[in-house]
Amino acid sequence: MPLPRTDYDQYLRLDKFPHIWCPGCGDGIVLKAMLRAIDRIGLTRDEVCMVSGIGCSSRTPGYVDFNTLHTTHGRAITFATGVKMVRPDLTVIVVTGDGDATAIGGNHFIHAARRNIDITVVLYNNWIYGMTGGQVSPSTPPGKRASTAPYGSMEPNFDIVALAAGAGASFVARETVAKPVLLDRVIERAIRKKGFSLVEVMTPCPTAYGRRNKAGDAVAMTNDLKERSVPAARLAKLSQEDKEQAIGTGVFVDIEKPEYTEQYAKLVESLRHARA
Amino acid sequence: MSVETARSVRVITGNEACAAGALAAGVRFFAGYPITPSSEIAEELALELPRIGGFFIQMEDEIAAMGAIIGASLAGTKVMTATSGPGFSLKQENIGFACMAEVPCVVVNVQRGGPSTGLPTMPAQGDVMQARWGTHGDHDIIALAPFSVSETFELTVRAFNLAERYRTPVILMLDEIVGHTTEKVRLPESVEIVNRAAPDAAPDRYLPYRHTVDGVPPMASFGSGGYRFHVTGLAHDETGFPTNDPVEIDRLVRRLNDKIARHRDDIVEVERTRCDDAEIAVFAYGSTARSARQAVVEARELGIPVGLIRPRTLWPFPGPEVRDLGRRVKAILVPEMNLGQMAHEVEWAVQGGCRTVPLGRVDGQPIRPGEILELIRKEIRD
Repeated sequence: MPLPRTDYDQYLRLDKFPHIWCPGCGDGIVLKAMLRAIDRIGLTRDEVCMVSGIGCSSRTPGYVDFNTLHTTHGRAITFATGVKMVRPDLTVIVVTGDGDATAIGGNHFIHAARRNIDITVVLYNNWIYGMTGGQVSPSTPPGKRASTAPYGSMEPNFDIVALAAGAGASFVARETVAKPVLLDRVIERAIRKKGFSLVEVMTPCPTAYGRRNKAGDAVAMTNDLKERSVPAARLAKLSQEDKEQAIGTGVFVDIEKPEYTEQYAKLVESLRHARA
Repeated sequence: MSVETARSVRVITGNEACAAGALAAGVRFFAGYPITPSSEIAEELALELPRIGGFFIQMEDEIAAMGAIIGASLAGTKVMTATSGPGFSLKQENIGFACMAEVPCVVVNVQRGGPSTGLPTMPAQGDVMQARWGTHGDHDIIALAPFSVSETFELTVRAFNLAERYRTPVILMLDEIVGHTTEKVRLPESVEIVNRAAPDAAPDRYLPYRHTVDGVPPMASFGSGGYRFHVTGLAHDETGFPTNDPVEIDRLVRRLNDKIARHRDDIVEVERTRCDDAEIAVFAYGSTARSARQAVVEARELGIPVGLIRPRTLWPFPGPEVRDLGRRVKAILVPEMNLGQMAHEVEWAVQGGCRTVPLGRVDGQPIRPGEILELIRKEIRD
């Protein structure tokens, strides 16, 4: 079934284009997927607050006509927490990268998940620090090269889905830019979820990661993402060897639990009753 | 605008007075992280804010607390965080963001001994330069230093007013003595409060970083009235979007500094006591000013012509006031619980007009009136 025609231009700051992303970068695909999701939910521009940290992914808010906040490295979720607490009616979306969210911002990431505050984190994972020129990140696979890991990374990488799930997020999913329709569906579910939700999006960085690791051009890297995608339900059936190569996709966690701003509102209400 | 407060005579600490002042000024969001000797401020607001429909959150670290208050301020509320030395160090990057993005907020630093973990339960005044220059890049800042419990209430209200008036972080520099001293205070019936200027242009013509005549652009709130705007720590033009244009960058950085500097007469408060006929002056702030005040009284009883100059505003530094005094006295003595951070500033301000004599303590002990009196007597003899 074809997608209904929509005008995404209303969500874009068209005068800010062309964007800064390199040819072959997947970040624009994530942006478009988010706009399709927001459009389907029917949110107006005034109802969305998009917050980011530092890095390639974090330049996204500059291109969208929402309430937009480009913060310090790793700290987007903390700023978003302040916005969401005082304006729980706003849809707060954090766009971040693997380095921004799981290295410098790792503490905020796990604590927002634990608190289960109603923020949707869309984490662009390209296995590298792209904007600063290709340094190793906590998600760089072992053995893969980066400018600061010229002999290959010696460190195990994070399983970001497991990290968010373990920290208490109420919705956790992973998808790739190779499957943009699935991607916008899962982002839609994440935004609709009342609670902390994470969508990890695997997106190619041909410039900083691909070149160094002989991963081919953007098309080759995108095809690779597609071929390695394995739906979450099938993941358990794979051999250990296949599992290491696989990119598990789909929804891993979707549970109901008390949301932070709702709990806070209940506290305020109970104190009001106690006084009255 | 004048608002009613819970008028009362109370026996409270400086930290409690700070929380009371924040509530009177209209704080509706506080994010913090436990640290001695400031934690009572967070504890008090954890109790009070939910009762009035305000928001309190203990964040996972000091950096997060600073980030959260900036977000909440952009969403339209009056915000505060409180910390002490090590936490103040951690907050610096986001304080710089608040300077660059012009986000009103109040940051309380109840100073303790440093460097590093230092002396968690003992007083110091070693962070006055960090308040001025702690975050990187050229920026101006406002910092206030109360010397009593009742003045802590008063200057907390003022910190909010200045933050809102000038769209800037304001640092409220308590020290452990001021924070933990219990005194009887009479809280005022009402306080004057200032709210940030709302946009005077329609949403489609709103420039969040407009170069206004007075240097302070009106501020919209996220999600209100159709004002959608972009906020970034990158150098930006009047629209708020990043720019690499040298002319725009220069205009921005100069305006950020100029908006404070050109309003220094509104911001800087200095109290002078018995300075008119003084041959020697004592420059002191925070809890040290209490010892200095006593020393001046005792010296006057001995017939020594000495006066006290006490800045309630540390930054911008009251340079012209100090320079003027320096022309009329032989020496300015600067007792402070650090190794001469403000003495250096005084020396620079007087420009050779008189001698500057530092008296520093960094052993976690307050400077006692007797020490200052002794120095006064020595200086009058020399």
